[in-house]
Amino acid sequence: MTTVADQLPRQDSPREPAKPSLRHRLSRWDVTFSPYLYIAPFFVVFGLTGLFPLLYTGYVSLFDWEVGDDDPKFIGLANFTALLGDPQFWNAVVNTVSIFLLSSVPQVIIAVLLAALLSLRLRFPAGWRVGILLPYSASLVALGIIFANLFGPRYGLVNAMLEAVGLDRVEWQANRFASHLAIATMVNWRWTGYNALIVLAAMQALPRDVYEAAVVDGAGAVRRFFSITLPMLRPTLIFVVVTSTIGGLQIFTEPKLFDAMPGSNNGGSQHQFQTLTLYLYQSAFEGFDLGYASAIAWLLFLLIVLIALANFLITRRIATTTGPKR
Amino acid sequence: MRHLHKGVSLAIGLAVLGASLAACGGGGTAGSAGNGPIELSIGTFTEFGYEDLIPEYERLHPGIKITHHKTGEGGPYHQNLITKLAAGNGLEDVVAVEEGHFSDIIDKSSKFNDLTEIGPGNVTPDRWLTWKYEAGKDRDGRLIGYGTDIGPLALCYRKDLLQAAGLPADPEGVKTLFASWDSYFAAGDEYVARTGGKAWFDASSQLYNSMVNQLDTGYLDRGDKLTIETNPGIKAAWDRITGAIRRGQSAKLIAFGNEWKTGFQQGTFATTVCPSWMLGVVEENAGPGNAGKWAVTDAFPNGGGNWGGSYLTVPKQSKHPKEAAELAAWLTAPEQQLKAFQARGNFPSQVQALTSPQLLQRTEPYFGDVKVGQLYADQAKKVTRAQYKGPGDGHIQENVTSPALQAVEQGTPPDQAWQQVVDGAKRIVK
Repeated sequence: MTTVADQLPRQDSPREPAKPSLRHRLSRWDVTFSPYLYIAPFFVVFGLTGLFPLLYTGYVSLFDWEVGDDDPKFIGLANFTALLGDPQFWNAVVNTVSIFLLSSVPQVIIAVLLAALLSLRLRFPAGWRVGILLPYSASLVALGIIFANLFGPRYGLVNAMLEAVGLDRVEWQANRFASHLAIATMVNWRWTGYNALIVLAAMQALPRDVYEAAVVDGAGAVRRFFSITLPMLRPTLIFVVVTSTIGGLQIFTEPKLFDAMPGSNNGGSQHQFQTLTLYLYQSAFEGFDLGYASAIAWLLFLLIVLIALANFLITRRIATTTGPKR
Repeated sequence: MRHLHKGVSLAIGLAVLGASLAACGGGGTAGSAGNGPIELSIGTFTEFGYEDLIPEYERLHPGIKITHHKTGEGGPYHQNLITKLAAGNGLEDVVAVEEGHFSDIIDKSSKFNDLTEIGPGNVTPDRWLTWKYEAGKDRDGRLIGYGTDIGPLALCYRKDLLQAAGLPADPEGVKTLFASWDSYFAAGDEYVARTGGKAWFDASSQLYNSMVNQLDTGYLDRGDKLTIETNPGIKAAWDRITGAIRRGQSAKLIAFGNEWKTGFQQGTFATTVCPSWMLGVVEENAGPGNAGKWAVTDAFPNGGGNWGGSYLTVPKQSKHPKEAAELAAWLTAPEQQLKAFQARGNFPSQVQALTSPQLLQRTEPYFGDVKVGQLYADQAKKVTRAQYKGPGDGHIQENVTSPALQAVEQGTPPDQAWQQVVDGAKRIVK
C-alpha cells in the first residue's frame, strides 16, 4: 500500500501542470483516507460512549446542577474545592483504597500461584480450570446477598463458626477494618479465578527452551518460577494489575449489598465502608446533586490514573530487577 | 421452487410489517385527532390492587384505553419518576407517588396539574380523611395528589412471649402497656429484666420514626427550615430511644434487612410497629410456624399515627390531563379503594370506605381472627392532622437518623451519634 502511494505522485510529477485525472485523485484519496475509514467505527463508538460522557461529566462538574434544574448555575471549580474539604469524601477515598489493597494484592498473588499449580500436570485439567472460573460466572448480586448473609453480625455463618471455635463474634458492619475485610473477601472470591486463568494462558505461552536451558544449568522449580516465569509474565501481570486497579477502585455492588439496611448507599451506619462510587451514586441519585457527583467522578478518574500508573511502574520494576541473568 | 418460496415468505413478512406499522400510525393519528380511543397510561409500584379495576374502567368508558406500568420496588420507581420529571417527558398520565417521596415532588409541584382545576367537579375534600387530603397539597395550596391508601399505626406483639414474661397479653391488658411511650418503655424494662435480657422491640428506627411523626413539627417547618436543633420533641424522642437501646431493649436489627426476617422467625423480640400494611410482612417473615403467636391491638403509644400510603398525580407532561384526572378520581373513589383493599389489603383513606361493612368485617386468621378492618379504621380516626413534610424529610429519616441509631446500637455514644444526626441533616437541607 505504501509503495502505491509513493509511486503515484512520482508518476504524476513529470506532468506537473496537467491536473491529475479524477480517477487518479480518487485512487490516491482511497489510499490515504480509507484506512482511517476502516478504523473509524471504533473511534466513533468510543467518542459517543466513552469520550463524550467523560468530557460532559467534566462540564457538568462546573455547575450547581440539581436533577431537573432548568438553568443550572455555573460555579467554576467550587464543587471540587468543596469536595476536597469534605470529610465524607476523604473517608470514601480511604475506604476505597483500603478495600482495593485488601482485595487486589492477595488476589494477584494467589492468582499467580493458582496458575502455577494449574500449569502442573494434573488429572482433568479442564475440570480444575472450569472450577476456578465458576465464582466468576455467578451473578454478582446473588454473591453479594449470599456474602452479606454469611457476614451477618447476629445470625451470620461466619460469626457462628467463630463462636464454635471459641473466638469472639466480629461486628462485621460496625467495625471499619472488619467490613473492608469482608468486602475484600467477596471481591477475591469472584475475581481470583478469572485472573488466574489469564495468567495461566500467558504461562503456557512461555517458550519451553528457556526452561530446558535452566534445567540443564541446574535451576530448581522455585528458582525457575522466580527467575523465569515471573519476569516473562511481566506484560500479563501489568495487564492484570491495571484491570484490577480499575475494577477495584470502582467497587460498588459489593459494599452496597453488604449494608444491612436495604437499598442504603450510606456504606454502614457511619460510612465505615462507603466507597467513592457509592458516594458518587448517593450524591447523584439520592441527593440529586449532579454537579457534585460529576466532580467525584472526575477525582475518581484521576485517582485511578494515578494508582494505575504507580502500579505500572512498580510491576515493571519488580519484574526487571529479578530478570534472568545470562 | 425453494427460491420462490423464500421470496413469497419475505413478501408476506414485509406486508405484515407494513400493515402493522400502518396500524400503529393510524391509531396514533386517530388518538390525537380526538375521535378515536384515548390512550392513557398509569404508573404504580409494588401492589396497588388495580389489576381488576383498570379493565373495569375501560369497560365503563369505551373511548379510553389504559396501559398499566407496574414496578416491583418503590425506591427505583421514584428515582425514575424524578428523572423523567426532570427530562420533561416519559412519565405516565397518572403517576402514583408514595407518601415518603411526596415531599420531593412538592418541591417540583409546578410540573404537576392542580387536581381541583382539572379533576371532575364532584370530587370534594370530604371524600378523604381531612389530614390525608391536606397532605396532598403543595405549599401554595394546589392539590397535587388524590389520596389512595393510608397506613394507620398500631402495635404488634408476641402474645406467648409477653405471657411467659408474666406481662398482660390479652388485647385489653396490653393497652395499658401501650398507652404512652413512657408506659411502653417501662414495660420494656420489665420485660428485659424478667426474661434475662431478651429484646423488647426489633428496630429502633421504626419506633423513632413513629415518635417523630407524632410531633406537631417534623424535621422541617413550613418554611422548609431545618428544625432539628430547635425542636425539643426531636431531641426528646432521640434521648428516649437511645436510653432504651442502652438498657438492652433493642434487638439491634435493621428493619427489612435479612437478619430482621430471621429475628421474626426466631422470636428475638416481643413487639414491633405495625402500620396496616405491616400485617402481611409480619405473617410472611414469621412464617406459618409462628401462626397465632403474633397479635395486634388498637393501641399505639401517645395516640395514633400514620405511616405510608400513596397519592395519584397527573403531571403536566400528560397529553390528556382531564381524562387522566378523571381516571385518578375514579380509582380513588371509596368503592374502588374498597376493591383494592379486598385485593391487596391497601387500607383506604376515604371516609365512606372506613364505615363500610366490607372493611369492618375483615378478619386476619394469622393474628387470631382479630377484626383488623375495624381495628385500623379506629386507629385511622385517631390521626387528627398530617405533619408537614418538607423536601429532604425522607432522606433525613433514611440516610441520617436511621444510620445514627444503628451506630448507637453498635456502640457509639448517643451524644456523638446525635452530632452525626445534626451534621447529616444540615448536609441534606443546605
